[in-house]
Amino acid sequence: MSLIDSVSLPRSFRLPHVDGLVQWIVPLAIIAIWQVASITGLVPTRVLPAPSDVGLAGWKLLLSGELVRNIWVSFWRASTGFLIGGSIGFAFGLANGLSQLSARLTDTTLQMVRNVPHLALIPLVILWFGIDESAKLFLVALGVFFPIYLNTLHGIRTVDPQLIEMGRIYGMSDGELFRRVIFPGALPSIFVGIRFALGIMWLTLIVAETIAASSGLGYMAMQAREFMLIDVVVLSILIYALLGKLADSASRVLERLTLSWHPAFQKR
Amino acid sequence: MQTALRTSLPETERTSRANFAPTARVVREERPAQTSGLPLSIRALRKSYGDNEVLRGIDLHIPAGQFVAIVGKSGCGKSTLLRLIAGLEEIDAGGVSFGDAVKPEDIRVMFQEPRLLPWARVLSNVEVGLGRDRVSSDAHSRAEKALTEVGLADKREQWPSLLSGGQKQRVALARALVSRPRVLAFDEPLGALDALTRISMQRLLERVWRDQGFTAILVTHDVSEAVALADRVLVIEDGRIAHDVAVNAARPRKRGSAELASLEGSILSHLLSADDRT
Ligand SMILES: Nc1ncnc2c1ncn2[C@@H]1O[C@H](COP(=O)(O)OP(=O)(O)OP(=O)(O)O)[C@@H](O)[C@H]1O
Ligand SMILES: [Mg+2]
Repeated sequence: MSLIDSVSLPRSFRLPHVDGLVQWIVPLAIIAIWQVASITGLVPTRVLPAPSDVGLAGWKLLLSGELVRNIWVSFWRASTGFLIGGSIGFAFGLANGLSQLSARLTDTTLQMVRNVPHLALIPLVILWFGIDESAKLFLVALGVFFPIYLNTLHGIRTVDPQLIEMGRIYGMSDGELFRRVIFPGALPSIFVGIRFALGIMWLTLIVAETIAASSGLGYMAMQAREFMLIDVVVLSILIYALLGKLADSASRVLERLTLSWHPAFQKR
Repeated sequence: MQTALRTSLPETERTSRANFAPTARVVREERPAQTSGLPLSIRALRKSYGDNEVLRGIDLHIPAGQFVAIVGKSGCGKSTLLRLIAGLEEIDAGGVSFGDAVKPEDIRVMFQEPRLLPWARVLSNVEVGLGRDRVSSDAHSRAEKALTEVGLADKREQWPSLLSGGQKQRVALARALVSRPRVLAFDEPLGALDALTRISMQRLLERVWRDQGFTAILVTHDVSEAVALADRVLVIEDGRIAHDVAVNAARPRKRGSAELASLEGSILSHLLSADDRT
């Protein structure tokens, strides 16, 4: 799936300060409708608390410091797991894209492992690591590994061979060829991998934290469920959504900075 | 003494100077032309891909600085010959030799596709052409000079994707020229351009060739382009050079002149008769 997405890469990208306002209209409208529906009793608060109640719960948790601590723990797990899995995936992608030998040695194995849903490993991971930090890091890293590996590999393999030949003709050394031709050529595809990986990163973390954790946003949600604090449950979900959006925006900004040459990023 | 001469022969002195100045300039321009090109000798050159014998013994001598065009029907091995000359492909038998020891920077190829790095600005793309001199301190100024030569100095900070096809091809030409090559091989460099852009690119090619005096080898589908630019047109057939036609028309050549038209006609009839036989 990640391979197909990279084909449709050229996206239009508009100026952020216009887009930045427009894209919030719909979420804000939904919240407003939701609030009205709660106040009028259309939606019972036992099913879905009013946004104002969710905000209030968030404020209380913020004052107690619990919210910040849990967000920080989740953020730390997500980014550390992402860095570990992402770097290993990137390294394998590079190695297998550049070296036939390396590809023959490891690609089939990796493709086989890829077909195991990494969340299916949770029972095993709990047996191995308990509900330790390393369990979450392992799962996130494993989930993030494949999109980055596959897209890095794909990016390197699909660099225009005519450009590579051009580089050779003009006397580029292997290092230069990589730096000036292969890596920049693979970068759009690598970014597709990163965006995919970010989605998987949050998904994995939510699941792992709800099942096996003693801190973090997922844990906070599970605790709240036990005490029937539905406003906190909804709050956790919203924060997950916000963090996911934040990560996506960060990757877009990075993409825009490094791919300014790409026709898709030159239109205003 | 000069003053004495001048006072004694004011008229002749002035006229002879007036006559001299342009000739002197021409000589100065042609001096590098005589030294920078490399002669090229090809002996019994053969190349096959599997069972497909593409070149079956090419013998050819190209004097330094000559402009040679190669024509032939599609698939006859023109690109293959060019790639062998440029050292991009392994030679099966025979040999290609240049009159001198050559550095990689001495031989450059230009393809139908500009092959610019989309992620490098125009100027950095030209700098790529410097080969090992890319890191030298005058890389920038040399690249800028080459860009000026092709008339694109104002596009130096542009991304290639924002250039027109003809402009891209001019950047590719600047990249090929920047290392002052002694042999420049063109594989249908203008094939993808529209008719007007083509003609202005042909003029540009002729001008830089005259200024720099490299040995030029142009593969083209367009016989009128071949006779307009080249000193000599080679027709490849059945893996050999079937015809070797000298084009003696004086430069600058007038497009569509009767002389060029009749040459074009006779080369075309060679090509077509070969086509009828197969
Ligand atoms: N790398 C290759 N592997 C196998 N066969 C090849 C290869 N390159 C060229 N050929 C074959 O060699 C023959 C000559 O090809 P070449 O590209 O030199 O033709 P050409 O004269 O340049 O044709 P065109 O005018 O269409 O560009 C063709 O039959 C082609 O199929
Ligand atoms: Mg060809």
